Amino acid sequence: MTSLNLLIAVCFAYVTFLFGVAFIAERMGVRGRAGWLLRSPLVYTLSLSIYCTAWTFYGAVGNAARSGLEYVTIYLGPSIVIIGWWFVLRRLVRIGRSHKVTSIADLISSRYGKSNVLAIVVTVMAVIGVTPYIGLQLQSVTLSLSIFSAAGDASVTPDTDNPGGLWIAAGLALFTVVFGTRNLNANERHHGVVIAVAAEAVVKLVALLAVGIFVVWGIAGGLSETLARIDASALGTWQTDGSRWATLTFLSATAFLCLPRMFQVLVVENDDERHLQIASWAFPLYLMLMSLFVVPIAVIGLEVLPEGSNPDFFVLSLPLSQGREGLAMLSFLGGFSSATSMVIVATLALSTMVSNHVVMPVFLQLRKGGATQSGDVRNVVILSRRLSILGIIGLGYVYFKASGGSGALAAIGLISFAGVAQFLPAMIGGLFWRGATRLGAVTGLATGFVIWMYTMLLPSFGPDVVLSDAVFSTGLFGLHWLRPQALFGITGMDPTVHAVFWSMTLNALVFALVSLVSFPLPLERLQGAQFVNVFDHSAQTRSWNATVAESEDLMIMAQRILGADEALQLFADEAHSQGLPGHLPEPTPAFLQRLERVLSGSVGAATAHAMIGQIVGGASVSVQDLMAVADESAQMLEYSSQLEAQSNELSKTAAQLRTANNKLMQISAQKDAFLSQISHELRTPMTSIRAFSEILRDTEGLGPMEKTKYASIIHTEAIRLTRLLDDLLDLSVLENGQVTLNRQTGTLGDVLDQAVATARAGASRELSVKRRRLDEAITLDTDLDRLSQVFINLITNAAKYCAAGNPELRIVAGQRGDAVVIDFIDNGAGIPAGARDMMFEKFSRIGAQDSNGAGLGLAICREILTRLGGSITYRDGTGGTAFRVVLPQSLAMAAQ
Amino acid sequence: MSNHVLLVEDEVNIIEAIRFLLSREGWTVDTHSDGSDAADVIRARKPDIVILDVMLPGRSGFDILEELRGDAQTADLPVLMLTARGQSRDREMAEKAGVSRFMTKPFSNAEVLTAVRDLLYVHRQST
Repeated sequence: MTSLNLLIAVCFAYVTFLFGVAFIAERMGVRGRAGWLLRSPLVYTLSLSIYCTAWTFYGAVGNAARSGLEYVTIYLGPSIVIIGWWFVLRRLVRIGRSHKVTSIADLISSRYGKSNVLAIVVTVMAVIGVTPYIGLQLQSVTLSLSIFSAAGDASVTPDTDNPGGLWIAAGLALFTVVFGTRNLNANERHHGVVIAVAAEAVVKLVALLAVGIFVVWGIAGGLSETLARIDASALGTWQTDGSRWATLTFLSATAFLCLPRMFQVLVVENDDERHLQIASWAFPLYLMLMSLFVVPIAVIGLEVLPEGSNPDFFVLSLPLSQGREGLAMLSFLGGFSSATSMVIVATLALSTMVSNHVVMPVFLQLRKGGATQSGDVRNVVILSRRLSILGIIGLGYVYFKASGGSGALAAIGLISFAGVAQFLPAMIGGLFWRGATRLGAVTGLATGFVIWMYTMLLPSFGPDVVLSDAVFSTGLFGLHWLRPQALFGITGMDPTVHAVFWSMTLNALVFALVSLVSFPLPLERLQGAQFVNVFDHSAQTRSWNATVAESEDLMIMAQRILGADEALQLFADEAHSQGLPGHLPEPTPAFLQRLERVLSGSVGAATAHAMIGQIVGGASVSVQDLMAVADESAQMLEYSSQLEAQSNELSKTAAQLRTANNKLMQISAQKDAFLSQISHELRTPMTSIRAFSEILRDTEGLGPMEKTKYASIIHTEAIRLTRLLDDLLDLSVLENGQVTLNRQTGTLGDVLDQAVATARAGASRELSVKRRRLDEAITLDTDLDRLSQVFINLITNAAKYCAAGNPELRIVAGQRGDAVVIDFIDNGAGIPAGARDMMFEKFSRIGAQDSNGAGLGLAICREILTRLGGSITYRDGTGGTAFRVVLPQSLAMAAQ
Repeated sequence: MSNHVLLVEDEVNIIEAIRFLLSREGWTVDTHSDGSDAADVIRARKPDIVILDVMLPGRSGFDILEELRGDAQTADLPVLMLTARGQSRDREMAEKAGVSRFMTKPFSNAEVLTAVRDLLYVHRQST
C-alpha cells in the first residue's frame, strides 16, 4: 500500500528531474553544444506526442470500453495529417518560419493583414476552448492520485478539495514560467521545454506499453488468450456509426492542426522543415504503439475489475488491483507526464497569445509614447508573459474546482477539439485562397464559435446550468428550430456530429461568402499573396551566401542602381582585396553586407536588402521587408511627385511666360502695324498736297480751271488729313479712358435729326433716310455729343459704301427695358462674313479703298459706346449692311 | 516715239499729280490701280518704266516686283517704287526684291522727274 506521501515524493522527484533536463538542455543550447540532440528529428517527433494527453493515456481505454473501436479515430486524424505533411504542414511550417509566427493567433492575424482584432478573437476562443482542457488534466492527475490512495478503487470520484491539484498547478506554473520566459528571441523557441516534453513522451509510451504487456502476458496469459477474450467480448460487435467516425476523424485531424499547443510544437518549435519528413512516419508509429494495447486493457479491465469501475482509469487500476505497485507507479507517472506536458505547452502557447495580442497592445496603448527603450519593453514583455501563464493555469484550476470533475474525459476532450476546430476555415482558407479576407475570417470564426458554444459547450454542463431545460426541449426564445441539439429541426443526429457539422459548415460558409463580397486592404492582399505563394519566394533560411554566378547578377544589379563605373569600381576593389584577378569578387557575406550598405544609399535599406535577397536567395523577404520597400517606394513616389509638381509649376510658369511673350510680340506687331498704317494714312494726303502745291508753285502757264482744280484737291486732302488727325486723337483719348463725358438730357429723335443733317452735309452722295419719329420719343440722359458722333459715323458710312443705285438707310429705334436699341439698316450688299470680325478694329477697311476714310470710324463708335455702357454689333440677315446700337437710357445705369 | 511709263497706284489724286508731271515731260502715262493683275498688265503693255506703289489693293508692290524680276522678260525693267509707310524695313525689302529706285511719299516733284530720267537713261544704255 503506497502512501500518498511517497507518491507525492515521486511526483516531486519526477518534476525535479524534468527541471533538470530542461535546464541542461537550455545550457547546452546556449553553449551551442549537443545541437544534434536539440535539433534532431527524433526530439521533434517526440515533442508532437503532447497530442496524447491524459485523455489519451487514460481515456482511450475508457472510450474503447464504452464505445468499441471509436477511439481509433483519435489517432487516425493526426496520422492522416502528418502523413500528408507535404500538403498543409509543410506550408504552415514554411510560413511560420519566414514570417516569424509565434502562435496560431499570430498566424491568422498575420495572414489577414496583421489584424489585432482577429488575433484577439482567436486568442479568446483558444482560451475558452483550451482552459477546460487544462482543468481536465489537473483533474485526471488528482483523480489518479485519489485512485492510488484508494488502492485502485476506480469507482472513486475526484476530490476537488484535494490539495494535490493546487500543488501540481503551482508546480507546472513555476516550470512554465522558468523555462517558457527565459529568453525572448524572435523565434520563440524553447529548447528546454521541448526536451522535457520529449522525455515525458518516452515516459508515457514506456508506461503504457509496460501496462499493456503486463495485462496481455501477466493477466490474460498470452497473446492468443487475449485475442480470444477480445473476440468473446461484446466490444468488437458494437455498432460503429459511420457519421460519428467521419466526424471524429475530421475533428482529431483538425485539432492536430489547430490546437494552440500543437501549433506550438509543430510550427513554432520546428527547427528544420526536413524534420517533418521523419515525423511523417515516426509519429504515426508512436501513435500506433500508444494505441496498441488499448483494446486488450479495456477488455481485460471490463472482465477483471468490479462493476462500476471507471474505465477511464483501467490503465492505473488494473496494475493496482493486481498488487503491482511499481508498475502502477510507472503508469501513474505516464499519466502524470501526459497531463503535465500538455499543460506546460498549452499554457506556453496560450500565454504567448494572451501576452502578445491582449496584454502588450493594451500596455502600449496606455503608454502612448510607444516602445522607446527596448530593454524597458523587454522587461514588460517578460512580466506580461509570466502573468499570462499564471492567469491561464489559474483559470484551468478554477475550472477544475468549479466543474467538480463532471463528465467523462473524452467528452470534454471532444468539446475542446470542436472549439479549436473553428480556426480551420480561416487558417486553411488563408493558406490556399488569396481571396480570403479579414472580414470573412472574423465573421466565420464568430459564427462557428457561437454555434459551438450553443450546441456543444453549454449543453455539456447539463440542463439548467447555463441553458434551461426549456431551451433544450423547445428551443431558444421558444423557437423550435433553435434547439441546441436539433438545429433547424434536424433531429436524430448524434449531438457531437450535429454540433460539429453545423458549426463547421456555417463557419466555412460565412467565411467564404463574406470573403467574396468584402474587399481586402492592401496589407491583407500583400500578406495573402505571401502566404499562398510562400514557396515562390522563401527558401530555407540561411545567412548571405552566394556563388560566383550570382556575383555577376549582383554586378548587373549594382550597375543599374549605382551606375556602371561606380559599380565596377566597387566590385573590382573587392576582388582586389580578396586577391582575385579580374573584377568579380567572391560574394562573401562581408561583401554582401557592404554592397547592401552601398546600395541602401541609393535605394533605401529595405529595398537594398530585398534586392540582394532576390538574387542571393538567402533570406526570404519578409512582410516587414516588403512593407519597408513599399514605404520607401512611397517616399520616392512622393519625392518624384514633388519633383513632378515642381516641374509642372515650372512648365506652367514657362507657358505663362510664353503666353505673355506672345502677347507682347502680338502687341508689338500690332503697334508696328498701327504705326505703319498711321504713317500710310498721313503720308497719302500729304503726297497729294505736296505734289499739287509744287505744281501750282513751279508750273508756269497753268490755266485758271486747272489752278482751281488743283487747289481744291489740296483743300480736300487737307480736310481729310485734319479729320484723320481728329479721329486719331479722339480714339487715343477714348482708348486710354481719359475721356470726360458730358451728360445732357434730350430725346433720341433730336440727336438723330442733328446727326442726319451733319452727315448729309459732308456726304458726296444723296442718301434717303427713313425713320419713324414716334419710336424716337425716348428721353436720353447721356453724352449726347458722343452719341451723335456715333450716329454721324454710321450714316456717313452708309452714304459712302452703300452699293445700291439709290442708297437708302432705315433707322429703327425701340426700347428694351432700360436699354435703347437703334438699328441702322441700308439697302446695300452687306458686309462679307469674313470681314465682320475685323471691321471694328482700327484701320480696317472693307473692300476697295476709299479716299476718304482711314477705317477709324467704327473703332471710334465701339469705344464711345463702351464708355456709354452700350455696344455696337453687326446684324446679320437683314439683306443689307445693318448695325445695332444698344445703350442704357441713362448714363447712371451704365455705371452700375 | 515717246517714252512709255506705267503707273501702278490706287490714290486718285496722286495718279493725277504724276500724270500731270510726266505728261509735260513728254511721257506717255498709263495707269493701273489694282495689284492683283498688275504684273500681267505690265507684261502685256511693255512699258519702258514702271512706277509702283507698295500698298495696293489685292497685292503688295513687293510681290509684284518679285514676280517681274523672276521673269526674264521683265527682269531688267526699271521700276521706281513709292511707299507711304516710310520705314527702313520697306527700303530693305524693296532692295531685296530688286527695285531700281525707291522713294518715300510725300515726294518732291523734281525728285520723281530726276529718278524717271535716270532710269530711262540706264534702260537705254542697257538695251
